[in-house]
Amino acid sequence: MGLTRREFMQMMAVAAAAGVDLSTSSASAADQLYTLPSFGNVSLLHFTDCHAQLLPIYFREPNINLGVHGMAGKVPHLVGDAFMKKFNIKPGSLEAHAFTYLDFENAARKYGKVGGFAHLRTLVKKIREQRKASLLLDGGDTWQGSATSLWTNAQDMVDACKLLGVDVMTGHWEFTFGAERVQEVISKDFKDSINFVAQNVIDAEWGEGVFDPYVIKELNGVPVAIIGQAFPYTPIANPRHMVEKWSFGIRDDRMQEMVNKARDEGAKVVVVLSHNGMDVDLKMASRVRGVDAILGGHTHDAVPVPVEVSNAGGKTLVINSGSNGKFLSVLDLEVKGSKIAGYKFNQLPVFSNLLPADKEMQDYIDNVRKPHLVKLNEKLAVAEDTLYRRGNFNGTFDQLICDAMLEVKGAEIAFSPGFRWGVSVLPGDDITFEHVMTQTAITYATSTLNELQGDYIKTVLEDVADNLFNSDPYYQQGGDMVRVGGLKYEIDPAQPIGKRISNMTLNGKAIDAKKKYKVAGWASVQQIPEGTPIWDVVAEYLRNKKSVKIKELNVPKIKGLEKNAGYQAL
Amino acid sequence: MSIKRRTFLQGTMAGSVIGVAASAGLLSPRTVLAAWPQAAFDSENVAGAMKGLFSSETAADGDITIKAPDIAENGAVVPITVTSGIKGIETMALIVEKNPRPLAASFDMSPTTEGYVSTRVKMGKTSKLIAVVKAGGKLYSASKEVKVTIGGCGG
Repeated sequence: MGLTRREFMQMMAVAAAAGVDLSTSSASAADQLYTLPSFGNVSLLHFTDCHAQLLPIYFREPNINLGVHGMAGKVPHLVGDAFMKKFNIKPGSLEAHAFTYLDFENAARKYGKVGGFAHLRTLVKKIREQRKASLLLDGGDTWQGSATSLWTNAQDMVDACKLLGVDVMTGHWEFTFGAERVQEVISKDFKDSINFVAQNVIDAEWGEGVFDPYVIKELNGVPVAIIGQAFPYTPIANPRHMVEKWSFGIRDDRMQEMVNKARDEGAKVVVVLSHNGMDVDLKMASRVRGVDAILGGHTHDAVPVPVEVSNAGGKTLVINSGSNGKFLSVLDLEVKGSKIAGYKFNQLPVFSNLLPADKEMQDYIDNVRKPHLVKLNEKLAVAEDTLYRRGNFNGTFDQLICDAMLEVKGAEIAFSPGFRWGVSVLPGDDITFEHVMTQTAITYATSTLNELQGDYIKTVLEDVADNLFNSDPYYQQGGDMVRVGGLKYEIDPAQPIGKRISNMTLNGKAIDAKKKYKVAGWASVQQIPEGTPIWDVVAEYLRNKKSVKIKELNVPKIKGLEKNAGYQAL
Repeated sequence: MSIKRRTFLQGTMAGSVIGVAASAGLLSPRTVLAAWPQAAFDSENVAGAMKGLFSSETAADGDITIKAPDIAENGAVVPITVTSGIKGIETMALIVEKNPRPLAASFDMSPTTEGYVSTRVKMGKTSKLIAVVKAGGKLYSASKEVKVTIGGCGG
């Protein structure tokens, strides 16, 4: 098997924690983890939000993922101990590490990295071999998130997905490569291989659908419709000028039309491949009739058990499958006549030490990376803390980016977008240029320095907070809270817009509504002149520091939600 | 000029349009209709717009559906479609509560016309969108919030 001793030890640890019988060989221990006897006659495999991570990585789950109003205390707004309790997960187990941030550093060292397309392909093949008929669905955010995807104009991921055997996909960050590039890939690369579906993208002028709204595939003689739902707020959360002729939106009325149409055309199973985000999926499931399952992404929530949502037409399963290639969901359906008589669901963590790399995929990845290795592998500094991003407020990697902007750009305040992607780095490990790119690789990465007035800064924070904490999920636009450097504030998420943010201070002094402040940022959604990309700002900062400690993680004081299941203090 | 043509087409579908083109600055109001409700369009609040247009500030709930984005992709051109099953519609009006001048459009319809108007309005900030229908001398309304956001930070 060509395992190193370290890998072998890690494998043993994984197997022990998962309750796998170790009296047999380690190879069969992995077998036990990933052997899923087939069930029913239709199987759907789903991954989402891999963010172009071709190689195995570390990814820390959040300790703050607040749910407010109707979403308080409900899936997916559970972290740490609350998550463990809800899903009855054993402390210290492999699942505990996969689904929560608890004991992250130790567990990460013990169990090793997650994901990686070569390992994912091994798992996909294994699961598909155990089933007569299956589909592999990709929820999008596949083309963006790495240096190589940016530098190859997403070609590395396009070809990797074809090799992986993706059947159907939808999108979000894909659109930030521009409308023309998306259409080029669909018409050329994906022709005869991958169906790109999105019912909610229409021509802004004429209202006609831009993409196939759905595709019907026959599995074991059962016609299965997969309806696409792209990220509804792409032109708002990302630059509109990149897709200026297209209009997005949730469009659940059109979704209902498509469900009805697919059923009329004979579909016995109708599923939605969604990039809504889980709260929006849950609301949509309560409103649209006739959908058997929504397989969703965007908010990066890994949820080991489907949520059954009742609506006027019956029940809809809502599934969300995490991010970064860390999970593969397997939904097995038993279809009898036009009814689903039963289902089984498994969300498998992809532990790369337990899944040998698929040779063909590994060769492909090595080949893609070869011309870029020197740049990718540059060691910029050593991490003294775990670096991560995911969570409602600043993660340590965001803090590092904000600190870099303050220092390199000479700003008083720094804003960094609340993206959910970006891998983790363990303490003592080198921070490479590639790591920085996993946090910053976008097509509009220019760093900026502006003078903003105090009252406008408040408006920005209120605006972004409402996009995260609005009581109605349909009014939530997307990302986590904007990350801030320098500026401190308090937040009361359950309040309405205009009333959430208070007590804004800079160096202990209250922010003056009429004073102007030097604010650094990046990822402007406006069309701005091209300038120094953010990764160069961060790399310069790191090269100078050589070793980086996060002095203070600038998380705002959160009011009123001390007992929220989506919050656990570190 | 193509916009003028589109507006004209919408007008022929829905009855006679008087508000939209005017609020978009394309036509001088007085060139459209002699009975231009100047006071209603000039009013800086919803009550004034309602009074100027309908001589009343209140309306009952009615069979009216507003189709508009939950969050506007571009506040400068927010697509809005209002449909109503109410019979004998005389007027359909669109009010954007938080706009400096809330009355955005008013359509005079012939009573046999189907209750349907589709247009685009400019919205300065997050606001309630109110559709008012006058039929048989009575007023009906429905509303929907459309959010206008600075954007960015998604993902």
